[in-house]
Amino acid sequence: MFDTALTANDLVFLAKGAGITILVTAISVVIGTLLGILFGVIRVQLGPVWAAPLTFFLDIFRSVPLLIQLVLGNAFVGMVLQLQISGFTVACIVLSLYTSAYCAEIVRGGIDAVPEITRRAARSLGLTWGQDMRYIVLPLATRVALPSWIGLALGVMKDSALVYVVQVTELLKSTQILITRLQEPLFLLLICGAFYFVISFPLARFGGYLEKRWSND
Amino acid sequence: MIEIQNVRKSFGELEVLKGIDLTVQRGEVVTVIGGSGSGKSTLLTCINGLEPIDSGRITIDGTEVHAKSTNLNKLRRKVGIVFQQWNAFPHLTVLENVTLAPRKVLGMAKAEAEAIAEKQLRHVGLGDKLTTYPSRLSGGQQQRMAIARALAMSPDYMLFDEVTSALDPQLVGEVLETLKMLAEEGMTMICVTHEMGFARDVSKRVAFFHQGIMAEIGAPDQLFGDPQHPETQKFLANVR
Repeated sequence: MFDTALTANDLVFLAKGAGITILVTAISVVIGTLLGILFGVIRVQLGPVWAAPLTFFLDIFRSVPLLIQLVLGNAFVGMVLQLQISGFTVACIVLSLYTSAYCAEIVRGGIDAVPEITRRAARSLGLTWGQDMRYIVLPLATRVALPSWIGLALGVMKDSALVYVVQVTELLKSTQILITRLQEPLFLLLICGAFYFVISFPLARFGGYLEKRWSND
Repeated sequence: MIEIQNVRKSFGELEVLKGIDLTVQRGEVVTVIGGSGSGKSTLLTCINGLEPIDSGRITIDGTEVHAKSTNLNKLRRKVGIVFQQWNAFPHLTVLENVTLAPRKVLGMAKAEAEAIAEKQLRHVGLGDKLTTYPSRLSGGQQQRMAIARALAMSPDYMLFDEVTSALDPQLVGEVLETLKMLAEEGMTMICVTHEMGFARDVSKRVAFFHQGIMAEIGAPDQLFGDPQHPETQKFLANVR
């Protein structure tokens, strides 16, 4: 029969790791999305030439592996800026910028999908640029961008496993600690995977719900 | 009064308006006809300042549209425009489409804006579609909604840019009827159109555009019955 050394305390330890994963992900996705909207709108407004420096900056975050970003980011904060901030903060900063780089592309694609004439119709009614953005463009862009954004948020949650390199004990790192102690890798990874699934599932379902609701429009 | 004086406009190398002069009096209905690429639609978007002009002057009731000091958002309240398609805001109901600008631009209270919107929607025959989303409307109904939305701002002038061109033939009539009704009520209108029957019946004057110039303008009877410019003659021979 099945036999394990896993105790209730170990499960609490894993749950705490899962809590850190949720926290890092939530902070990074919220800040990254806000920055991504800002960067995406700036890119559309400025056009390809004037936005080139921003595009280049965002391309760095999209093309360099996250692991390297975390290690270099941590070193930059500690050695160059000489700041005493926690690994958790560094992880949130790097993951937020990483998220914003992808989100900016999603936002840009969503805005580009709004027909130019619809925007002209809004402006011709006397709406200002800001009102057009707020009441017409961003709501419509959100509908187009939502599936990609859900994918991004889920991806960031899984990528957050890499923040162990800046000494943050999130879900996967907690699992590895238990594996080292209990020597039951397959069983523990199964539980870890189940934790990830439980965290992801509501977000994926929420996205599905919104898509269905908006399809009635 | 809308006064257009020697207006020139280019897109890159292509000059689409080559010195247009036109004055439209209050209460007048002017239709603009001509082949595609003749500059007629561009003229409309220049009139309400959606497009800048290269030279010349457009004034509406004495306010110069393209002057730096002009508040375009304010000026546009006077001038409604309806385009060929993609007019609707698809994420808002018909009622919300129409109340958005009165509420956000004019600062109207919700109830007041809704009363005006309902009145305008009933006026164009959409009184039973208030809570419907635009995707559930036919093309003709969407165009009528766009007309009601523009009217809800109580504009002094209305510009119509080929509003029936993207519609199935059986839906054209209902939109033209709405335009005719507005004309009869005394709305000042500039209509770019391919509907010659409509131009003949409704307008006080018809302008024929050809390759960025206004080749000819006159009363419908004259322009359709006895066109003077060779390009007008050629165009009318082809569309008949």
